[in-house]
Amino acid sequence: MAQAVTAGGVVLAPSRADASPVATTLVVENMTCGGCMRKVEAALAAVPGVAGARANLSARRVTAIHPDASVSAMDLVDALSRAGYKSAPLTDEPDAKATSPDRDLLKRLGVAGFAAANIMLLSVSVWSASSGDMTPAVQALFHWLSALIALPTVAYSGQPFFRSAIQALRSGRVNMDVPISLGVLLATAMSFYQTMRGSHQVFFDAAVSLLFFLLVGRFLDLRMRVRAAGAAANLLGLRGTAATVIQQDGSTVRLAAGALMPGMRVLTAAGERFAVDGKVFDGRGDVDESLITGETMPRTIRAGDLVYAGTVNLFGPVVTEATATDQNTLLAEIGRLMAVAEQARGRYVRLADRAARFYAPAVHALGLSTFVGWMLAGHGWEPALTAAIAVLIITCPCALALAVPAVQVAATSRLLSKGILVKAPDGLERLAEIDTLVFDKTGTLTLGEPELARDARTIPDAVLARAAALAAASRHPYARAVVRAAVAAGLPVAAEGNVREVAGFGLEASRRDGVERLGSADWCGVTSTGRAGASVWYRGPGGNVVALYFEDRLRSDAADVVCRLRASGLDVELLSGDREAVVSSIAREAGIYTWRGDTLPAEKIARIEALKAAGRRVLMVGDGLNDAPALAAGHASLSPSNAADIAQTAADAVFQGERVAPVLETLAVSRAAHRMALQNFAIAIGYNCVFVPLAVAGHVTPLLAAIAMSASSIAVTANAVRLGSKRLEGTS
Amino acid sequence: MTALAWLIPCALALGLLGLAAFLWCLNSGQFDDLEGAGWRALQDEEADRQR
Repeated sequence: MAQAVTAGGVVLAPSRADASPVATTLVVENMTCGGCMRKVEAALAAVPGVAGARANLSARRVTAIHPDASVSAMDLVDALSRAGYKSAPLTDEPDAKATSPDRDLLKRLGVAGFAAANIMLLSVSVWSASSGDMTPAVQALFHWLSALIALPTVAYSGQPFFRSAIQALRSGRVNMDVPISLGVLLATAMSFYQTMRGSHQVFFDAAVSLLFFLLVGRFLDLRMRVRAAGAAANLLGLRGTAATVIQQDGSTVRLAAGALMPGMRVLTAAGERFAVDGKVFDGRGDVDESLITGETMPRTIRAGDLVYAGTVNLFGPVVTEATATDQNTLLAEIGRLMAVAEQARGRYVRLADRAARFYAPAVHALGLSTFVGWMLAGHGWEPALTAAIAVLIITCPCALALAVPAVQVAATSRLLSKGILVKAPDGLERLAEIDTLVFDKTGTLTLGEPELARDARTIPDAVLARAAALAAASRHPYARAVVRAAVAAGLPVAAEGNVREVAGFGLEASRRDGVERLGSADWCGVTSTGRAGASVWYRGPGGNVVALYFEDRLRSDAADVVCRLRASGLDVELLSGDREAVVSSIAREAGIYTWRGDTLPAEKIARIEALKAAGRRVLMVGDGLNDAPALAAGHASLSPSNAADIAQTAADAVFQGERVAPVLETLAVSRAAHRMALQNFAIAIGYNCVFVPLAVAGHVTPLLAAIAMSASSIAVTANAVRLGSKRLEGTS
Repeated sequence: MTALAWLIPCALALGLLGLAAFLWCLNSGQFDDLEGAGWRALQDEEADRQR
């Protein structure tokens, strides 16, 4: 043990970690600051057999190093849960030996940056001295030096483009990388030939800075994808929860949800999610099924009742007998429904790719016709090829390769700073095209947790204070709602020591003058409950009873957001699995006129498909398991961060906080990003309109080519950066 | 013009030095966790634990 702790003091660099015997990577959900990072590392280092742990805050992951396989991932998860962190082993652990694609690209970018800067230095001296006193020998020396730097750089840094171009050509397509590769290779080869001949027409600087700018764009795009993929993998890992299984001899063992078999007895503590569908064997309690059914009010379960995987046990330990395993739970069924719905979205073509379809053939045709034109005019192959290369370099699609990723990075970082995580690489583009919003009710438009109904004001303060004093001892959602209401009413709430909690019934405390109870109607000795709806009863020492009713409250800004969405010309609908009566009252309160209650997951999909068939582009906003297929079916989708894991996995973006306003922000930013991408195309096309005729006519010198290309790249990037600070209409 | 004979190698050597430093940083994982690195600098116990 002492040895392990000493070894735990060694801070291992991640690259070293790859080489060590066994490394287990965990996803830690709520590691959000430096303090958490240290606690997570310390908690893991204290586990016997662990040599050290290194957390990665950006990736929300921690890698533990242990010399042998005696430490299981479950031990580590348990150690972290004792320290207060929810974690899970990463399901698809990345191959430690393979270098990550973004790091590889960054290396190529670094090399291209070095080469571009140095070649530009040499070229600028040649250009500025051309009218003065530089001897041809020095000029030749500079050109040869440029060649010395440029040739290896093009060979190394250009590889991503060459590979992609070859791949495209092999499958008989033309993508954007074909003109890029052609332009860079031809320019390099031609410049080398001209250097040998001692001519002025040397384009090394243009070729290498072109590579540099394109690699910047490629890197930004890739980094966004890698980050999105990492977030998705984290969510997937957290979904596979562990379960406590009671063995024949009464001892318990922790197993991953995937290892459970039907017939096993699973113990679920209060506050935990049920890992598998099962039948209640022992214990009674309340289950929060809102993620599956959309119903906010907890359901009371007794021995023999069925519970579903993914629902939360609110109250007391419950032993269930597994009836279905990981693959055939309701959750897995919803996952399958989702996969089918998602296929339609795979066909979406991104803006840059759509532009490339027209642009790439046009560039080839222009380059080729320039060459043919010059040949026909009888100038010989050399000036013809130079002119054609100039055309290729000038038209090289910096706008497509750099501007769109730059805009997307600016947009995603702006959204991230507002607590909105965009997960899908093409999510922003799809969000910009939305014309109809479909909201889920529970947990999306509403907070998804019960609040004391508004007529609570009729409850005497003395009763509310007593009820809150009892309720403070419990973690049941109703009890917490009572405490919140008491605090909101300005009453002092102090937890009492002698409160007894009886699972499935309620709370009880003995006072000098009798027994006080808070709980179900039975518990308080009430026979006729009178009003429908969820209620808890308070029975005072003297036998007087008071009912406390609960309702699911709208998020504070829901009505305002719906109003503003409608003002900006969007249609808003409400689809919920909850009862018609509840849905209609919430819809009225939020100002939504088109609504439907009692919908099953398949019916939600059907409604979205119907809207799509009518030519609508639907944004689905939802949080529940029952929404996951609909989220996948929509043109785009959003989820609050308190949503079911599977819903977050399906959604294009996840937003945090108590308010719905992020929906507005997301839409405004994605639309602004779309406008800006189009502006960038316009800027780039503007440059082309000026320089392409010059290039075709053979008037583009190496200096002009370098300026035109760098200036257009910088202009589109600068335009994209504006998005970070721009004031947008419709946002707070 | 003789100044060029040593100025150009100097400039290239400095550039290469920068490139080498960048690649070294990249390979030793210094860009892997940009968010966490900032926090680690503020942690007092880190130095103690390394001892």
